[in-house]
Amino acid sequence: MTATGVLVPLVVLLPLVGAATALILGRHRRAQMAVSATVLASVAVIAAVLLVAVDAGEPTVVAIGGWEPPFGIVLVVDRLSAIMLLISAIVLLVVLVYAVGQGVADRHRETPVSIFHPSYLILSAGVFDAFVAGDLFNLYVAFEILLSASYVLLTLGGTGERIRAGVTYIIVSLVSSLFFLSAIALIYGATGTANMAQLSVRIAELPANVQLILHLLLLIAFGIKAAIFPLSFWLPDSYPTAPAPVTAVFAGLLTKVGVYAIIRTETVIFADNDLTVLLLVVGGLTMLIGILGALTQADVKRLLSFTLVSHIGYMIFGIGVGTQLGYSSTIYYVVHHITVQTTLFLTTGLIERFGGATSINRLAGLLKASPYLAILFFIPALNLGGIPPFSGFLGKVGLFLAGADDAGATDAAGQAWLVWAVIAAGAITSLITLYALTRFWNMAFWRGRDELEGYESVLLGSVQEAPEGATVTATRTTPVLMVAATTALVVVTLLLTVFAGPIFEFTDRAAANLVDPDVYVSLVFPGGIR
Amino acid sequence: MTASLTLVVLMAVLFGAGISIMLERSLTRVLIGFLLVGNAVNILIFLMSGAPGLAPILSEGVDPDEISDPLPQAFVLTAIVINLGITAFMLALIYRSWWLARLGEKGDLVDDVSEDIEDAEEAADLIRSSAADDRAIQDIIDASDEEPEEVPR
Repeated sequence: MTATGVLVPLVVLLPLVGAATALILGRHRRAQMAVSATVLASVAVIAAVLLVAVDAGEPTVVAIGGWEPPFGIVLVVDRLSAIMLLISAIVLLVVLVYAVGQGVADRHRETPVSIFHPSYLILSAGVFDAFVAGDLFNLYVAFEILLSASYVLLTLGGTGERIRAGVTYIIVSLVSSLFFLSAIALIYGATGTANMAQLSVRIAELPANVQLILHLLLLIAFGIKAAIFPLSFWLPDSYPTAPAPVTAVFAGLLTKVGVYAIIRTETVIFADNDLTVLLLVVGGLTMLIGILGALTQADVKRLLSFTLVSHIGYMIFGIGVGTQLGYSSTIYYVVHHITVQTTLFLTTGLIERFGGATSINRLAGLLKASPYLAILFFIPALNLGGIPPFSGFLGKVGLFLAGADDAGATDAAGQAWLVWAVIAAGAITSLITLYALTRFWNMAFWRGRDELEGYESVLLGSVQEAPEGATVTATRTTPVLMVAATTALVVVTLLLTVFAGPIFEFTDRAAANLVDPDVYVSLVFPGGIR
Repeated sequence: MTASLTLVVLMAVLFGAGISIMLERSLTRVLIGFLLVGNAVNILIFLMSGAPGLAPILSEGVDPDEISDPLPQAFVLTAIVINLGITAFMLALIYRSWWLARLGEKGDLVDDVSEDIEDAEEAADLIRSSAADDRAIQDIIDASDEEPEEVPR
């Protein structure tokens, strides 16, 4: 084991130990906060060190307990894992600061902080474990760790609304887990291994139709988690009811863990089994149907949940294209989307506190009341809509370029036509996203407070309120920590834009490893598979 | 690969029964369905280990080809533990949703002992005062009953 190899298990171990410590320290709020912040900050530092080490070509594969693969469990960090670890650690840390700011400010029973910290750290452990898992069964365990923690976080406080939303979420997740576990069982039965690198070799030896069934089973399991149409119905009903920081983390990270698992499935495990057409069609439909849903939402939390579903479509499109540029842009887009979507949900939390509502029909005059908040919402909104020069624009251009290259290179006329259609869908989705978000910004921020009474506009003709319009009371206090955390994430999205060149070079190298599954295999089995 | 027919049939029955119960509206039934399907999946994993053999402990005189595959057993054990945890959480969730459905948000506020005593006193007062009211009403009724008898005279 190399020096950097020692660090790999720590990304899972530290949050788990931290969670136990935070649970013991349940009565000491400050100590809890210190533990959580220290743990997540150290994981962020470790992830940065791993990123540099991996990029320099150091092997970072750890066989747990000294049991060599394929018998033991391996943790593998390649460039893709490293960048996912880094961005998720940063986002988790910033959202923790935001949550602390909120928890300190109002101590009502909907956010009992003593169980928040342990569950939050366990969620982090699950997310990190999923990114380093080199074994399908370990990936399943990672999913279960993060899901169990997410059940607790989503139903925090146990109010009627959250229990109802939680039930949908939990049952859908359980079904997805059962799919995943059955898929593992069948894959194990067909190949005799659950190690991803070994699977990459052995799956290719199976008959094509067996491969197809196993492949589809895994895709359904991950598709539910990543919220791909038509498996996305649960998301807009369950995410918006949770506390703002919880929604932000779920929206930013949990669906991306599903996307990450799909990338691994397509590049390592089923590298030879081609489902390009299915992925392209599903990607295009996810974009369009998601964004059309967003268009009719009056409640900004639900609106953002629908844009979340819609933008997962871009990533699926990139995976479907499957070239080096396609994967490179997908990774960049995932990183961009994690930060920007989290930022938007955090800003929504601030709007909720400040304006006392989340519905477009009841918010007005916020620009005058808080110009800074207006900027905090406006920048990520433009970014998500894909306005140049922000990272959302760069990611989309990368994806469209990859698609256009692929359409030009392919021999099948049908597939070229399909790729062009999905690119068109992507462009339309981007415009509608921009429309939906700027409409909200115009109404909530630009419209004067005095115009609110009896306001009528064709823009608001089709919007519907959330099924149960929760009553929110304006607190008018915006703790410094919450604003600081949101500002920090807006700065991160801007940094992604400013340093897009180096980041794209890095994702290019990551994608180069992805398009050739042998790289991953030789990483885990340096001496070749026995 | 050889597999036991009994286990295959058992797995199929568990899958079928579990899925059909999961489609019910009641949360408790959904949980029972989840447990059945979970066990069906566990049996599926177990089936994938192939023909049963000796206990998977390598010692003197044991041929590695004759032992069972230990990995699926480890999978099943892990899955059982995870299912146990999720079941505990689901039961708490079901209890909570039953509590909310029966008592609403106010249900959270009455489980204080002093409040119970206060409630009991209030109820006793109510019974006493209503008993007094009843007596007064009865007197009025009795009085009005007597009056008509006097009129004919």
